[in-house]
Amino acid sequence: MFKRLKVKSEQISYSLMILPGMVLLVAFTFVPLFYSVIAFQKFNPALGITGSPWVGLDNFLFLFRIRDAREVFGNTLFIATGKIVLLEVAAVAFALLLNELPFMRIKRWIQTFVYLPHFLSWVILAGILRTLLARNGMVGNLLEFLGLEYIQFLGSPHIFPWTIIISDVWKEFGFEAIIYLAALTAIDPTLYEVAELDGANRFQKMLHISLPGILPTVVLVASLSIGNVLNANFDQIFNLYSPIVYSSGDVLDTYVYRIGLIQGQYSIATAVGLLKTVAALILIGISYWVAYKFANYKIF
Amino acid sequence: MVISHRLKDRVVDWIITAFLILLALSTLLPLINTLAISLSDKAAVSGGLVKLIPVGFNLDSYDYIVQDGQFWRSFAISVERVVLGGLINFFIAVVTAFPLSRSTKDFPLRNICMWLMVAGMVLNVGMVPWYLTIHRYDLIDTIWALVLPTALPIWNVILLMNFFRNIPKELDEAARIDGATPWLLLWKIYLPTSLPALATITLFSVVGHWNSFFDGLILMNNPANYPLQTYIQQLVIAQRLTFSGAQAQLLGKLSNNTLNAAKLFIAMIPVLAIYPFLQNYFIRGIMLGAVKQ
Repeated sequence: MFKRLKVKSEQISYSLMILPGMVLLVAFTFVPLFYSVIAFQKFNPALGITGSPWVGLDNFLFLFRIRDAREVFGNTLFIATGKIVLLEVAAVAFALLLNELPFMRIKRWIQTFVYLPHFLSWVILAGILRTLLARNGMVGNLLEFLGLEYIQFLGSPHIFPWTIIISDVWKEFGFEAIIYLAALTAIDPTLYEVAELDGANRFQKMLHISLPGILPTVVLVASLSIGNVLNANFDQIFNLYSPIVYSSGDVLDTYVYRIGLIQGQYSIATAVGLLKTVAALILIGISYWVAYKFANYKIF
Repeated sequence: MVISHRLKDRVVDWIITAFLILLALSTLLPLINTLAISLSDKAAVSGGLVKLIPVGFNLDSYDYIVQDGQFWRSFAISVERVVLGGLINFFIAVVTAFPLSRSTKDFPLRNICMWLMVAGMVLNVGMVPWYLTIHRYDLIDTIWALVLPTALPIWNVILLMNFFRNIPKELDEAARIDGATPWLLLWKIYLPTSLPALATITLFSVVGHWNSFFDGLILMNNPANYPLQTYIQQLVIAQRLTFSGAQAQLLGKLSNNTLNAAKLFIAMIPVLAIYPFLQNYFIRGIMLGAVKQ
């Protein structure tokens, strides 16, 4: 009798603890989700959800008809996939090379510097990049010094997506490599010793011991990144793009921002957002399934 | 033979080292360049003469910023959101992660709550419904718009929950036999043994709050309420907060480069200042998040 009372009071305590978090979850995730029904309306802020007329799938059909939407979708896919692939390649290569470095002090310093950009906001980095990539900036000067023609990094639709991809890789490769560096330290050192006795050179050891040693981690990271193929990074693109490069640099999130919050086409923007949410949900599902299947990974 | 092998190894060592140092410099030099521009003469800057060392050294832009009311108001708003948002994030993360770390026997609602959290994490709410909701709550142009929507840090909760679950159960059971309530367990046993994880999640939210600009941009109608990153975004990137009048614009344009560089640099200082802790705890934090039972 007494024990049951105690169990009951414990459960009340736990429920009280989790209450604020659940209230926030409902207020800022599930309520906005309910607001997404305006994708099926011709929403007018003055009339509200209850007063705005319902239009069925009109907004979605409109999206499938216009060229904008297809272009934006293609840009998003290209930029996001480019980032995922190049970032992983760069991070793995960096981790493998850093692992070869015999000078501990230099190694620490290098790590300190390459992790830093990860912690700086895209607002700050975009401000720095705009100066750096300008004709009279450091990169412009360097090109001139090398006798090369100036490249419109931020102003040419052909170059812009690559500027975005490479600057993202530049910001994140160091930080992304941390997980691989950890995986490398977990490799049994006797494997290297045995290989040395067999006459393996440095490159062979890297290829046949280090790389296979971190392969499970590579597979895991690759699987989890499937969920990101529609995330091109709003903060970065928003702070670096301009109307000249919309044709190649406008992505789903920036498009939603402009037509929704700037032009006030709430319903169309919400329809885009909703499509993205559904697609992301499917992608995340796939990515976790792949991660579980191939890397035996469970997030919880 | 052996010697030449060693020599070859040495050469390879140095090539790798040189390459990696170049990579490290690629992340460091842009920051030094920004600092140098902020300390240089405006003519030298617009002529593209400033690289890593200030040309025509002066502190004019910093002198100007010291008296710039809007800059410091935004700075203060950012500090306010970091402190308030950080405290709220910390509190919510702890009280949410603890019940979730219990077994369903102790807390039957655990799995339902966990599934709701996962749903909240993967359901990416669109920008427009999100804005409309916050508008509906009447939070626009208040500091609460910057701290409440992100008050529940789901990743931090999961990280902390995993950490709590890895704490040996023996301590816990002994305390419960002595009649400790869940609140006492959390306060006396779980919090003191979780300091590294708590430091990690605190740094996560502090950096997140300091760096975010977008919520400030769309949730603050009055530019006087912009946090620092939003202010800088509007000034440097969108160039919407500049002066009017041809003369002022011409004069402004020339010195804007140095002034903007100085503002960018000041906005970086807080992150640079806590960077040593960041480096330490983030790496540990990543590993905590990666290691599960």
